[in-house]
Amino acid sequence: MPVEIDIEHVARLARLELTDEEKDRLRRQLGLILEHAAKVGEVATADVPPTAYAIPRSNVLRPDELVPSLPRQDVLANAPEVEDDRFRVPRIAEVE
Amino acid sequence: MSGLSDLTATELAARLRADEISSAEIVDACLARIDALDERVHAYLTPTGELAREQAASVDSRISAGGAPDCAGIPLALKDVLSTRGVTTTCGSKILETYVPPYDCTPWERLREDGGVLLGKTNCDEFAMGSSNENSAFGPVHNPWDLDVVPGGSSGGSAAAVAAGMAVWALGTDTGGSVRQPASLCGVVGLKPTYGLISRYGLIAFASSLDTVGTFTRSVRDAAMLLSVIAGKDPMDATSLDEPRRDYTVALNEPVAGLRVGVVKEAFGDGVQPGVRASVRRAIDRLADLGAEVGEASLPHTDYALSAYYLIAPSEASSNLARYDGVRYGLRVDGSDSVEMMTRTRGAGFGPEVKRRVMLGTYALSAGYFDAYYGQAQKVRTLIIRDYERAFEAFDVLVSPTSPTTAFRIGERADDPLAMYLSDVFTIPANLSGMPAITIPCGLDDKGLPVGAQLTAPVLQEPRLLQVANALEGSIGFDARPPLLAVA
Repeated sequence: MPVEIDIEHVARLARLELTDEEKDRLRRQLGLILEHAAKVGEVATADVPPTAYAIPRSNVLRPDELVPSLPRQDVLANAPEVEDDRFRVPRIAEVE
Repeated sequence: MSGLSDLTATELAARLRADEISSAEIVDACLARIDALDERVHAYLTPTGELAREQAASVDSRISAGGAPDCAGIPLALKDVLSTRGVTTTCGSKILETYVPPYDCTPWERLREDGGVLLGKTNCDEFAMGSSNENSAFGPVHNPWDLDVVPGGSSGGSAAAVAAGMAVWALGTDTGGSVRQPASLCGVVGLKPTYGLISRYGLIAFASSLDTVGTFTRSVRDAAMLLSVIAGKDPMDATSLDEPRRDYTVALNEPVAGLRVGVVKEAFGDGVQPGVRASVRRAIDRLADLGAEVGEASLPHTDYALSAYYLIAPSEASSNLARYDGVRYGLRVDGSDSVEMMTRTRGAGFGPEVKRRVMLGTYALSAGYFDAYYGQAQKVRTLIIRDYERAFEAFDVLVSPTSPTTAFRIGERADDPLAMYLSDVFTIPANLSGMPAITIPCGLDDKGLPVGAQLTAPVLQEPRLLQVANALEGSIGFDARPPLLAVA
């Protein structure tokens, strides 16, 4: 059976604006895809450990040395809006 | 239509060294081909012809001086998810339409240092999500073998460019088959090395536990030559393996007699087109003729790999793509506060497939569903790896079709994501398990479209994989060319 999804909730979590038409289509398509994907539950038993990376690596460290970062102007060149060498964004908090 | 841009890099390197030709002439041949065909194929998003001519001129003097690396002067194309300093890198997405990276990805940096010449950035499915190239925000790529069919995806532009002589070789990326499937559908060689063998520094991330840089070439020897330049440890990528840079061409001509080749029995079922099955079976017979011991292998969890992949990859994507928030780069759509700005930006900047996967991944990772979906998928991943470990106890390499079908018509699967995802059913397991795999063209179907045979080897067994692929390629002698090239 297709899986029922609260599309509005998931879209809010993903910070994704969707039209009503997109929501309807995604509700239907994701339901079908998840029905197929739920097959993983048929074989994934309690005694099987999960794998996050096929070739696991841990504690990959580099020497703690100062190295130059990218030039600030090069990085800021891609920003939609810049002010005083910083990324400028719309209001992020209510002001009393 | 035939010329310098249709030769292998191996042949071109020899002729460059013998001073018979110049890099500038090869570049001119590629640019002429792009001029003649790319309006119809649409392999390139950002051509860099002028840069290529400059680089060729400088590398020509380097070659004349002697001691230049083998790949010096060979023009290439890069999939548009690989960062290139000063050259627009869009990921096939409106959200990065104007993004100009401030640094080079490591594979291009290594190629550039060795005299690589950049022809341009190639079209691809948006953020490498797709199997047909129809998900590019800038329009689809057309397969040089038949302009009405897809080139495969997501690295469709790179595959089409190499197939049509618009580049001698190219790099792409393979997260679930995005190098091997388009290489198969376009009749070229596609290599996805072991996870972590090629640095991903500067590769714009899709699914970090699966993403791999891969190569498109006209021969297995070219793939080995290109791999030799770009593989090996990079301190800029914490997931890159502690492998030295080495020459992968040295063992190519070792005989394959006595090697054990396992035919994956799950990969010849009902969903596989008869023409694909027949062509790959003939390739397997050739391996037996070469003296390989051919037997039947089983990867019993193959059916579950697709399900696991379509939970793991979107989950990782939903997390990786959180960075496109309209703050530091790319598109911004204004809003009354930052959350509204981000939400609108993402709604306007992402296309349908990216939205589908971000939603799927966000759902699979959300409170209450994590264990049932992502957690279970990770367990299936363990089972897939165990399947391979068992199979490789009995065999040195495994063989299967690369994709169940040859290239399908543009639009045919566009409204059916599940049918589209099935295209990658045989390529996904090597991503989940990290194993190296290669596709080589093994024939044409009754519509005249190329079929690819896939070989898979254990982790870091690239020399063995390339050795078998090279022998098989020599035996098949595939020399068909896209009909498009016969016209002019």
